[in-house]
Amino acid sequence: MTVTAQSSKVSRRRVLGGALATGFVFAFHLPVGAAKASQAKDPADGKFAPNAYIRIDESGQVTLVMPQVEMGQGIYTGVATILAEELDADLTQVVLEHAPPDEKLYANPSFGIQATGGSTSVRAFWTPLRKAGATARAILIKAAADGWQVTPESCSAADGTVVHNASGRKLRYGELVDPASKLSPPSDVPLKDPKDFVLIGKPLKRLDTPDKVNGKVIYGIDAMMPGLKFATLAQCPVFGGKVANIDSEAAVKIPGVRQIIALDDLVAVVGDHMWAAKRGLEALKITWDEGKNANISSKDIWDHLRAASESDGVVAKSIGDVAKMRNVGDGYDASYEMPFLAHGTMEPLNCTVHVTSNSCDVWVGTQIIARARSVAAKAAGLSEDRVTIHQHLLGGGFGRRLEVDMIATAVRIGSKVDGPVKIVWTREEDIQHDIYRPVYRDNISTRLSGDKVIALKYRVAGSSVIARWLPPGFQKGIDTDAVDSAADTPYDIPNLQVEYVRVEPPAVPTGFWRGVGPNNNVFAIESFMDELARKVNKDPIAFRRDMLGKTPRLQHVLDLVAEKSNWGQPLPPRVGRGVSVQPTFNTSIATVVEAEVDTGGDVYIRQVTLAVDCGLVVNPDTVVAQVEGGMIFGLTAALYGEITLDKGRVQQSNFHDYRMLRIDQVPKINIHLVKSGEAPGGIGEASVVGGPPALRNAIYAATGVALRRLPIDRRLIAEKKSWL
Amino acid sequence: MATTLNINGQEVSFDAPPEMPLLWVLRDVLGLTGTKFGCGMAQCGACTVHIDGKPVRSCVLPVGNLQRRAITTIEGIGATPAGASVQKAWLDLEVVQCGYCQSGQIMSAAALLASTPDPDDSDIDAAMAGNICRCGTYVRIRAAIKQAASAQKS
Repeated sequence: MTVTAQSSKVSRRRVLGGALATGFVFAFHLPVGAAKASQAKDPADGKFAPNAYIRIDESGQVTLVMPQVEMGQGIYTGVATILAEELDADLTQVVLEHAPPDEKLYANPSFGIQATGGSTSVRAFWTPLRKAGATARAILIKAAADGWQVTPESCSAADGTVVHNASGRKLRYGELVDPASKLSPPSDVPLKDPKDFVLIGKPLKRLDTPDKVNGKVIYGIDAMMPGLKFATLAQCPVFGGKVANIDSEAAVKIPGVRQIIALDDLVAVVGDHMWAAKRGLEALKITWDEGKNANISSKDIWDHLRAASESDGVVAKSIGDVAKMRNVGDGYDASYEMPFLAHGTMEPLNCTVHVTSNSCDVWVGTQIIARARSVAAKAAGLSEDRVTIHQHLLGGGFGRRLEVDMIATAVRIGSKVDGPVKIVWTREEDIQHDIYRPVYRDNISTRLSGDKVIALKYRVAGSSVIARWLPPGFQKGIDTDAVDSAADTPYDIPNLQVEYVRVEPPAVPTGFWRGVGPNNNVFAIESFMDELARKVNKDPIAFRRDMLGKTPRLQHVLDLVAEKSNWGQPLPPRVGRGVSVQPTFNTSIATVVEAEVDTGGDVYIRQVTLAVDCGLVVNPDTVVAQVEGGMIFGLTAALYGEITLDKGRVQQSNFHDYRMLRIDQVPKINIHLVKSGEAPGGIGEASVVGGPPALRNAIYAATGVALRRLPIDRRLIAEKKSWL
Repeated sequence: MATTLNINGQEVSFDAPPEMPLLWVLRDVLGLTGTKFGCGMAQCGACTVHIDGKPVRSCVLPVGNLQRRAITTIEGIGATPAGASVQKAWLDLEVVQCGYCQSGQIMSAAALLASTPDPDDSDIDAAMAGNICRCGTYVRIRAAIKQAASAQKS
């Protein structure tokens, strides 16, 4: 397989709509528009293009256009599998092509814009892609049948070939391009019965990986072209600060330094290679006007958030009457807190641009290509049709590449450079100028009657990423992501109130981070459930199970994980098992972490067991890979992840102080996939969410220390405290 | 000043200051972009290459001392028996996700297998703990190293 970066020449027609719009955007649904799929052969290029996703040329080459970007989650293989399944194409012979920016053709039905995120890809595109494949297949069969003067029903298709069943006559798809392009597409083509799937559900080999083991794959940071210069930058270390003065006397003397560019808020050095640019930047003496955020520290941010969290929020969900219950039974309250997190994609932020007076070319890997074009056009002062985005595979996204700040910055710099320039962020700039996962505080209060929860009030306080990033999703003061997995908690509690307090942290920009809102809510709720279970002397799994009567899929994964993790079997001293259960992204997951904690507070994760029901699975091996990787991503944050501020500056700078889990710390991860015929659920983010609370609960079981904030603080464990 | 290096079996000459790290020579001067920039301070292993068969972090390795040394990068590692078996095991077990760190992972794993044909878990930990994978492919990296080791034996 090859991935081509050339712009698609698909006919500009709408693909059939009707997607499943679910997940953290459940509360709103932007219309996708009506479908009008007819096809045309472009006489100039001899291609059959029945819709925006499929192109077949006369040589028989099938090109599949990828509406979602590949950043490791396996979506190129997933999308290709779904299309090829209904098209009956030979998956080993297809060419994959990045979709160009085109919100009309390629908008994610869950967002209404062209974006890859929120574990929506399979959920949102499942039906449109199947219809696209099936429609093209029906046309090809009809074209063959017409030529043979037989009925379409007497023919079948497999591996890119139409067969007349009775006579055994065959035509390759490539031979049908001309007659097929003259036919009108049928409406309402039937989709395959899942029992007839030949590709979906199989652990097919990934299509993007062969070039990833031999150095051939080209990420955005690898873009090369004649005349390319290299640049790196320093942004004001204090958020919102400006350049006051630069002394470039020493920098310009460094061999290979070609140009120094001072903009309002940053300085870039352009050189013959990154080394010259880096040395030039180090040699610059920059004086910053640090502005109003110069004295902000983490303590200010937490004081601000804690105070705001005490006020009433907007009610996102209300069942029964929580207020009426406030003096009934026994009370139990707790608060939980989550830190700022950087994304730390292994491919540091970068963007290559070539800006001229009437054109702007951008080489980048982005999760949001149409917005990338729009921001590049604005920064270059050109119309969008003058901008070309050359999309690349992403060296990690995790939500960071849902933002376009790096593209705007690169175009601003590139507008001052004659010829193409590659701007690469140092790791320090990448970490200190991220758009961070917000800090959150969750206040929970409950009333208990015996061992039953009769009322629960949950208030989440934190930044609204949705309000900035997708304003239509922010309705009536409620951020649907910030309350995801809380407003729709699976626990059957007769009196429930979920509130949201929007509180934007001073100075620090906030954005999506893999696992998004559920990371916070599932941590708080699942930690709290363990504390309640202990208060009423019940086993944590039995306690949860009793409240999950309305969600049998969750009960099932909980039962399965209990069995597979040897729940209840004796453990050595200072070893504990902790559980979490989550209904996130239309996927049901139960997780058990087994951890050992020494008296100094060091935590050693012995093993992790998961039961996962993500509905119908496109590629089980990819699902398992996502669960393994997501677990490690979540546990990394639980053990180490925290961005702190002092004097308006992020204190962490590279992997020595913003640490990542390494191979020697990774436990055995046992994954049990539940066979299911339900609609597909999300997995790339769902898999991040459950590890941190299960680990926290394992520490609670091992030591009795009820940690209430992340990351896990070994000092608290050693001192047996919930807070410092 | 012209420097001549032996990279993947070929003599390559270029102009660069002797203190310039090998990583930027490979990527920006020679266009060998398979070797990746991740941290710039030998913390993540994305830039791992071999010098005379030993894994090193090219982001902190000045080119000035490398004349007459054999440099192998991800583009050339498939020509070695250990490199080829590692690449095959990586694909067989579908180790890769985003793939950005995998050049470095494969270079570290190939060096391990070349020196330790039958590594145990602690050998793997010691050889691979310098390579960060943000996608969390570590479980499969360990399994693939073991598979590559047993393929080499047979």
